[in-house]
Amino acid sequence: MTQLIDIFASIGLWSAVLRIATPLILGTLGALLCERSGVLNLGIEGIMTFGAMIGWLSVYHGADLWTGLLIAAIAGGLFGVLHSFLTVTLGLSQHVSGLGVTLFASSFSYYVFRMVVPVANTPPTIVPFQPLDIPVLSSLPFFGPAFFTQTAPTYLAIIIALLLAYIIFRTPMGLAIRMTGENPHAAEAQGVNPMVIRYGAVIAGSALMGAGGAFLTLAAFDSFFPTMMQGRGWICIALVVFASWRPGRALFGALLFAFFEAFQLRMQTMLGGAVPYQLFLMTPYILSIVALALMARRARVPQALMQPYRRGER
Amino acid sequence: MVRDLLISRRAVIASGIALGASTLVRPVHASAPVKVAGIHASPVENAWNSRLHKALLDAAGEGAIEYVFSESVSGTDYPRAMREYAEQGIQLIVGECYAVEREARQVAAEYPQTSIVLGSSSEQTSDNFGVFGAWNYEAAYLAGMLSGKMTKTNVVGSVGAVPIPEINMLINAFAEGVKAVNPDARHLVSFTGTFFDPPKAREAGLAQIDAGADILFGERIGTADAARQRGIRSVGSLTDYTERYPETVFANAVWNFRPILDAAVADVAAGKAVGRNYTPYSLMKEGGNDISYVKGVAPAEAEEAMEKVRAEIMAGTFEVPRLLDAPK
Repeated sequence: MTQLIDIFASIGLWSAVLRIATPLILGTLGALLCERSGVLNLGIEGIMTFGAMIGWLSVYHGADLWTGLLIAAIAGGLFGVLHSFLTVTLGLSQHVSGLGVTLFASSFSYYVFRMVVPVANTPPTIVPFQPLDIPVLSSLPFFGPAFFTQTAPTYLAIIIALLLAYIIFRTPMGLAIRMTGENPHAAEAQGVNPMVIRYGAVIAGSALMGAGGAFLTLAAFDSFFPTMMQGRGWICIALVVFASWRPGRALFGALLFAFFEAFQLRMQTMLGGAVPYQLFLMTPYILSIVALALMARRARVPQALMQPYRRGER
Repeated sequence: MVRDLLISRRAVIASGIALGASTLVRPVHASAPVKVAGIHASPVENAWNSRLHKALLDAAGEGAIEYVFSESVSGTDYPRAMREYAEQGIQLIVGECYAVEREARQVAAEYPQTSIVLGSSSEQTSDNFGVFGAWNYEAAYLAGMLSGKMTKTNVVGSVGAVPIPEINMLINAFAEGVKAVNPDARHLVSFTGTFFDPPKAREAGLAQIDAGADILFGERIGTADAARQRGIRSVGSLTDYTERYPETVFANAVWNFRPILDAAVADVAAGKAVGRNYTPYSLMKEGGNDISYVKGVAPAEAEEAMEKVRAEIMAGTFEVPRLLDAPK
């Protein structure tokens, strides 16, 4: 029991939570934005992989870290254009298109990586984002080192979450996005062009996914491997449901998942001998499923999610 | 199941014959290097595959073989890749069948003229199907001997992928090495549950440092990043990580695939069946694994004691325990 308290009281745990959560926060917000406008974007896993690759590659070729992150976001946005063309303009199945985008984007990132980067024993490295101490706050006892010595993209992710919550619930544009996701015909009747809204939301959402992937190669680690995404994109898709399509809750959900993850790594270290490690490994997923089951009962799914909009059609 | 030595009498005789035969046959075959295909289930930067890839490239560079390869071949595609290379007239296929043990053996049965030698969890072989394991546990033991003398907190940690025998053996050997020189040291173990997630391995490493570890044995890439971030030392596995983490990784349990490759290529060149277990070529006395360390980081007497044991392993007078159970 005292060991558990030790874990909770450790600075390392809480700073790990924010670090692990960052790519999930960005990816979840991206997926959430797409779905709010009525488009499911299962391209996320591939888009995050491509973001990780292109962000890293840009920095490797001399761009600075922020430019790398921006390029990752732009590349994500381009995949968003592809996904919107398939699902919005052509009105194809969102599931199939999304999976297609994932397959294409992951393979394409592998291809580019292999063409451009020489094969080495271990892949080449860059100098990643360093922890950034926020003045005053970082010198607070306990809370300082636990929460305010993260890398810059982590702070950015949290700001984006709050910003997105504001945009979706407090601005006319947010209203238009929500309306398009609930009833595109009604939106059209109000003079909102659902096609434009969906394109915009999917492109912006995919850009966030690209940036989320880039966090892994620009801050969490300093190299790119083609197989490094390890299903983080799919976790984001589940977190959107957990969050009932609300950015604030998405932030909370990503932090919760990351908390379980950071917690289980510490539990393994402390109790590794007594309890099979698999039990700890699955805790984040089990607890997420439980939380999902509880939350999803009250979830309000955007009513037009996964329905292509065709003008003038009922 | 622990056996003393995997070299069976048959293998000794066979390798003896192979060795003898290869000297007879080599002049005939010298003009035609053996055609070898590598089928990698992961990208060739993955530590394990990088060892195969490097040995194969080196051998190709020396003109001993002709080398073609495929990487990131998924389990569902693996048998197809094997068939394609077999159809192309490749003489020797090397790679890994950890995920496709049964299918790989089926393909081998369909192409009896093609020699196949794959990394495997099983020792089951057939005429044209040989297996090998990546054993660098002896070197891990030696790295543990250095680490045990270096730790100030008396806590060391190991981060592994998944507790399969090959990885258990390695982490256990490291722990045994630590224990041999420092019986009071505590050894923390965690597994990431995935073979490839460097950011996660880094988080696991940080968790161990938070729990007091001041030397980390990184069975997977990513662990050393945690050590570097906190300014402690780390030990690498399979490949030499010192170049990548110069201030951090002071010792590596390096695995060399070359002795296995050379033995298999010699068998093929001699027209001999490759249906045997090539794992013994991973042993230190065969040059299959060795410690590579930065001198002067560990105390001089620790290095001296370690070198003494290393010499004993080479001479065959000391055997590093081979413990296959999941480390505690």
